[in-house]
Amino acid sequence: MNASTRRVAVLGGTRIPFARQNGPYARASNQDMLTATLEALISQFSLEDEVLGEVAAGGVLKHSRDFNLTRESVLGTRLNPHTPAYDLQQACGTGLEAAILVANKIALGQIDSGIAGGFDTTSDAPIAINEDLRQVLLTINRSKTNAGRLKALAKVRPQQIVPQLPRNAEPRTGLSMGEHAAIMAKEWGITREEQDELTVRSHRNLAAAYDTGFLDDLVVPFLGLERDQNLRPDSSVEKLAKLKPVFGGEQGTMTAGNSTPLSDGASAVLLATEDWAAAHNLPVRAYITDAQTAAVDHVHAREGLLMAPTYAVPKLLERNNLKLSDFDYYEIHEAFASQVLCTLKAWQDPVYCRERLGLDHELGEIDTDKLNTHGGSLAAGHPFGATGGRIVAGLAKALNQNGSGRGLISICAAGGLGVTAIMEAAA
Amino acid sequence: MSDRYQQLVNTPIGKIVSKQIGLPSPVKLERYERGQPVINGPVLVGAAPGGRLASAIATVLKAIEAEVHTPMLEDVRTAAADAGLEAKVFNADAAPDEQTFKALVFDATGIADSAQLHELWAFFGPTIRRVRGSGRVIVLGTPPGDCKSPRQATAQRALEGFVRSVAKEVRKGATAQLIYVGNKAEPQIESTLRFYLSPKSAYVSGQVVSIGATALNADRIDWELPLSGKFALVTGASRGIGRSIAKVLARDGAHVIGLDVPALESELEATIGELGGSTIVLDITDDDAPARIASYLLENHGGVDVVVHNAGVTRDKTLGRMDASRWDSVLAINLTAQERINEELLTREAIRENGRIVCVSSMSGIAGNAGQTNYATSKAGVIGMIESTAPQFGKQGLTINAVAPGFIETQMTAAMPIATREAGRRMNSLAQGGLPVDVAETIAWFASPATGGVNGNVVRVCGQSLVGA
Repeated sequence: MNASTRRVAVLGGTRIPFARQNGPYARASNQDMLTATLEALISQFSLEDEVLGEVAAGGVLKHSRDFNLTRESVLGTRLNPHTPAYDLQQACGTGLEAAILVANKIALGQIDSGIAGGFDTTSDAPIAINEDLRQVLLTINRSKTNAGRLKALAKVRPQQIVPQLPRNAEPRTGLSMGEHAAIMAKEWGITREEQDELTVRSHRNLAAAYDTGFLDDLVVPFLGLERDQNLRPDSSVEKLAKLKPVFGGEQGTMTAGNSTPLSDGASAVLLATEDWAAAHNLPVRAYITDAQTAAVDHVHAREGLLMAPTYAVPKLLERNNLKLSDFDYYEIHEAFASQVLCTLKAWQDPVYCRERLGLDHELGEIDTDKLNTHGGSLAAGHPFGATGGRIVAGLAKALNQNGSGRGLISICAAGGLGVTAIMEAAA
Repeated sequence: MSDRYQQLVNTPIGKIVSKQIGLPSPVKLERYERGQPVINGPVLVGAAPGGRLASAIATVLKAIEAEVHTPMLEDVRTAAADAGLEAKVFNADAAPDEQTFKALVFDATGIADSAQLHELWAFFGPTIRRVRGSGRVIVLGTPPGDCKSPRQATAQRALEGFVRSVAKEVRKGATAQLIYVGNKAEPQIESTLRFYLSPKSAYVSGQVVSIGATALNADRIDWELPLSGKFALVTGASRGIGRSIAKVLARDGAHVIGLDVPALESELEATIGELGGSTIVLDITDDDAPARIASYLLENHGGVDVVVHNAGVTRDKTLGRMDASRWDSVLAINLTAQERINEELLTREAIRENGRIVCVSSMSGIAGNAGQTNYATSKAGVIGMIESTAPQFGKQGLTINAVAPGFIETQMTAAMPIATREAGRRMNSLAQGGLPVDVAETIAWFASPATGGVNGNVVRVCGQSLVGA
């Protein structure tokens, strides 16, 4: 094992525009989207026939046949087939966790380069056969005699035709993620107005990122879509105010506007050592300097399902001797506007910081002008596995353009998980 | 003693009828039972900026294990965190209507001038309708006398009008109180805050109490048995309110020494025997009564910790028809005897350190009452005695306070003509009479060794009667 670690450079990244569920990508598979994204990255960084250290990618909604989806995608690209690949999954944290895994291997000297990616389709979703029917079919399969098979077959019932659809619900609470977020919004007293304002800012920032050309190399068209389908450049608080609440009951504050829609898409980022980058004549845009995951007990302690990043970030700060205010960019995944606002309130709250996080002081406020400066998931959409790659690529470019500085990434995930990381500009 | 009207309007049909024709609708007040938590619902704590009580309030709420909510105010949240209180966040702008509270507690000490009284409106406006049945509204301020400037004193005095009006507006058995907390008296609020939050103060509303600094701290008090190891003398203990006082003090751990006249000896023995206490049988107006009481207490118990002057009589007549004996006996029993006993106990140092004297005044003593010139004079005199002797008692580490009961359901009120009785019952914010236990609970709060900061106060137990302000 290499005793010293190496700096992990982010050389760039790309993604396809994110589409809404059953939109332009309705018939595209996860593999189609990931392959197209990898191809775009290969073109951009001249990786044709390159043997990379590895490609790691993942998604949340996958067919059982897709156990080796990333490897299959790699085989469908112009990368050298000797490039190893694997799938991984950590709910909405998948994309960032993939980058952390690849980064750690690079840091440890196990590989010199790699691609981290993510994808998800909510349109081409796996549908499982009815669980009762599955049991019957398995019994038939196990039977050794025709009589046994007939006996098992006799147990087929009409209601077993109803298939199992994937549900956006927490297995241990039965509540959808939106319902969990509504509980958090209520706990933290988040108003509808605050959420709608954050949503409008997300749309405006993303629209500006397109208009100024910031996203030119970060987004490549796919199946006729050039921009994220969910983006509403003319979004306004007044328009959003007209929407009815979808979570939290009649007096709820969460709407389809200030919650992310189900989406389809894929993303990928290229990571390497500085030497590898130099050898390939590729400039370093930024470095991934540290990462931290955390989890909350949303089951027994009834903690907010999406609050795990609040635990992870203080650990990152302490380890790196930083304050929450020491960042130039904050990339907080907008699963719901309320989630971002709850996170920011929690970090300002003496009670939460002391009683829950065990800190002796509150982390304090952040400058919201530095928050999701090129748009967030509310505007772009959120194909679960693809969000991490979108954020890492965007933050690397922002840091590079800025010429200096530091960025914080915070992503909440199902299961009470949180994945966070620090990136620094290549100075 | 049963309140038939209250029973009737609380039937399903009665509720509809009383609502339709606008009759008062008294609810059954929640009352304390042993082993209950201090408060059985969430408490919302707010504060005007710059208040000095957030920490003291948080400490009490942590001690009673209350479910606490607060707005996102840095001071309040920091105080909660310091107290180890895992307070939830409340934002009126985002909270659904069904989010309600058992108590609203507001630290108004930060209000420095009349313009800042706006903070009352800002906090209570969106929250007052969230108060549950038998809920509590508690405002804490600075005694005007302790204020640094006339404008601050003016604003703090203004809190009285606010709280008294809120007490009249809240419904379903809820009450409102103002607690003035003197400078450096912050550590003394626990006993009073507990009392006012709990169902023990069921029939107390619209009251103003002042807590001052005291050197005596009741450390490590057992709140279930605050009078444990204490000796409490209760005059007129054989029946009515006196009996209830004896019972509540005994419940709180006191050894009760019941006192009554020879004619009521058997009733006294029965009442006090049940409580495992002792008895003194004598007439408190006898010349040697004070000396005998003091001797008894010193010889048998080494002194006394709590004295409750409950014995009292009425001899009603309009003044022109009142004979001298009616006048003299009422004054002698209700006032002079109390003065003489207090003086004797003090002279002979029969009241132990951190001792308590609690007197029973009356609404009539505050408001006056036709046919009760004698009684009202004596009961107003009791208030005068409290006010005039409190400084002296305070210097000796003792306190003297009074309760002033309003319409309390007793055998005496049961014998009233129906019109008088109904008027007495309904003419208060809770639209019902109180119970003897309501008076007793208030006395027990004054009597607690933890209530050392409360001295020279008169608290009415009257459901905020319309009579006497």
